[in-house]
Amino acid sequence: MIDEQVLDGLHPMDKLLRADRIPHIWCPGCGIGTVVYSFLSALIKSGLDLDKVAVVSGIGCTGRAAGYINLDSFHTTHGRALPFATGLKLGNPELKVVVFSGDGDLISIGGNHFIHAARRNMDIAVICVNNFTYGMTGGQLGPTTPIRAKTTTSPYGNTEHPFNLPYLAAASGAVYVARWTSLDARRTERAIGEALAKKGFSFVEVIAPCPTLYGNMNKMKTGLDQMRFYEENSVIRHGAEPKDVDITLNGQIIVGKFVDIEKPTYLDLRDNIGSIV
Amino acid sequence: MKYWRRPLDLDKVCLPRAEVRIIEERCKGCNYCVTYCPRNVLVTGEKFNSKGYYPPHVKNQDECASCGLCQMICPEFAIYHIVQRPEVAEQSV
Amino acid sequence: MSEKSPLSGVFFMTGDTACAEGAISAGCRFFAGYPITPATEIAERMAERMPQISGTYVQMEDEIASMNAVLGASWAGVKAMTATSGPGFSLMMENLGLGIMTETPCVLVNVQRGGPSTGLPTLVAQADMMQARWGSHGAYEIIALSPNSPQELFFLTIRAFNLSEKYRTPVLIMTDEVVGHMTERVVIPPHKNIARYARRKPQVPPGEFLPYKGSDDLVPPMANAGDGYRIHMTGLTHDERGYPDTTAEAQGRLIRRLIDKIQTNKDDIIEVEEDQLDDADVAICSYGISARVALLPIEQARQEGIKVGLLRLITVWPFPEEHVRRVAKNVKAIVVPELNNGQIALEVERCVAGAARVIPVPHMGGDIHQPQDILDAIHRGAK
Repeated sequence: MIDEQVLDGLHPMDKLLRADRIPHIWCPGCGIGTVVYSFLSALIKSGLDLDKVAVVSGIGCTGRAAGYINLDSFHTTHGRALPFATGLKLGNPELKVVVFSGDGDLISIGGNHFIHAARRNMDIAVICVNNFTYGMTGGQLGPTTPIRAKTTTSPYGNTEHPFNLPYLAAASGAVYVARWTSLDARRTERAIGEALAKKGFSFVEVIAPCPTLYGNMNKMKTGLDQMRFYEENSVIRHGAEPKDVDITLNGQIIVGKFVDIEKPTYLDLRDNIGSIV
Repeated sequence: MKYWRRPLDLDKVCLPRAEVRIIEERCKGCNYCVTYCPRNVLVTGEKFNSKGYYPPHVKNQDECASCGLCQMICPEFAIYHIVQRPEVAEQSV
Repeated sequence: MSEKSPLSGVFFMTGDTACAEGAISAGCRFFAGYPITPATEIAERMAERMPQISGTYVQMEDEIASMNAVLGASWAGVKAMTATSGPGFSLMMENLGLGIMTETPCVLVNVQRGGPSTGLPTLVAQADMMQARWGSHGAYEIIALSPNSPQELFFLTIRAFNLSEKYRTPVLIMTDEVVGHMTERVVIPPHKNIARYARRKPQVPPGEFLPYKGSDDLVPPMANAGDGYRIHMTGLTHDERGYPDTTAEAQGRLIRRLIDKIQTNKDDIIEVEEDQLDDADVAICSYGISARVALLPIEQARQEGIKVGLLRLITVWPFPEEHVRRVAKNVKAIVVPELNNGQIALEVERCVAGAARVIPVPHMGGDIHQPQDILDAIHRGAK
């Protein structure tokens, strides 16, 4: 029962990676690679025709994911993955369109696109790697940075309220909302699998370590420090009210599946007008 | 594996086994695999790779139960397991 | 959905409507937009028409999103367009650059109004001409067309789509509020008589395809998402595989090709109208509605015995340098009326390089030129 895929010495995921670009640019201990693995693993299990799957990223550390994934992959501009993905999906509704990007990209500069794509219930699965900071530019304050957390632009500690992403997604109209940490690689894979199977706007937030910047500035100098923090402080609470899953600097991280509802998608509603055109 | 009593269905159960392989040049030494392997198959290696990171070393290959966590949790696509023919548990009591 | 073919016949319609119908005739089946005066009528027409022809109209949350949705749809294999005016045009600049860098065919219509800022939402200007050329950051070439009537807006919209597919680049239609809102006779030819450029697809199997390797005309064939080529597209400087390569060498190779694919094909891209230039002592060089306003002063000057001709720039970018230089050799002066403080006049000066006097006729917009102002400039040029 030896998996033939690996007999040639390649990693079993290499067939879905642009393996000639590995090792990737992410720092030691960065969680993005783990989330990419969970995504690819979920894709394989999904049974989707992989020639009909497109991945769209914005800019930033997580935005580089599209460049490593051997599917039709689009590395767009900062914050604009969702409107690009909207055009891609509506241009060819046969495509399964996945947006894979970071918290700063999707929620700050792309925040307006995020709430509107969710409002339309556009048929897009969104995977958001949340590392609480802007990694690519050197660790600045982001829309998810917890209060009191230090960043290079909040050197005395953050004084802004952060977004609670599941609450934002749910309030905006997402039909599937889950949160895990990158330590929960298997649960992340399952959640992404569910998000891929879901019709409409699905959202999976994955909390992931950024040891170089966020961790380093907040007393968790290694990726392992952050993983241990998740291990000790994350609490699975399926069905929790999204408004109750705020993240604080040293508090609990509530994880689980929070929203899984049915609602007509953008395409469902649009195609309904066919008879009156 | 040692049992405190002999399970009644032991002759029917197959223990999954796998061989762990490491692509050393991809490793960046985060130690996630070493830390989270539930069977302590891995230890931090003593040799560094060309980038100066210490890839893990497979110390207890026989303990691997093919759970695949190392493969999943590795952010570098640097470790994987090859599932072996299952052996009947009986032999290892 | 019911199938209603693109229109053909003789119509009385606004420039904005003609633009939408031109897009449909060109094969456009995707429109993303955001309401903005004076371009809203294009979106409204598309909202009505797209469902009739199995196309997509989507109203995005802003112009940034509209531009991105158009790029996404183009990669899905659909001819796509958006339309806007000043403030929206500014918002689209970032992702116009993405379209240029990633060589994504699409059409962006700017129905120009007075600016800066909110300016004159309902009134005309031509003050975005330099923004069209330079508005996105970085070094690049762009194609921009400027129509002087609803009929020409119809045909230029078709041409814009064909050029965008042929050269894999966003194409701008720099029309203006007067042309957009003017209602005139528009003849739409039978659909089968309209030439439509089909996207060039790769001729090699997926493993061998280099998505950013230019062919003989420097334009690479394009694989759409879902075609099985598993392409990678990035706004980063990239190599022929499409992979990021942020080195001076890669930048030199890529940007050189992006510029050269327009520059070396200028003869195919550039279209001008030359009228009564053979014996002219003074030339009017203008575009869009201002070139149309100039027809009356040209006629008046001719009646006075001043030999005046017209060089009308239908393609504004890339700039018709050779045409301007040729005209400059034979005239004393080139008069450049435009609805701004002198933008294209600067380009004309650059090309003329002292061979003739260049007399700008600036007008800040809000309305079109008084013909007398242009006639006065002709008088000055004829001296």
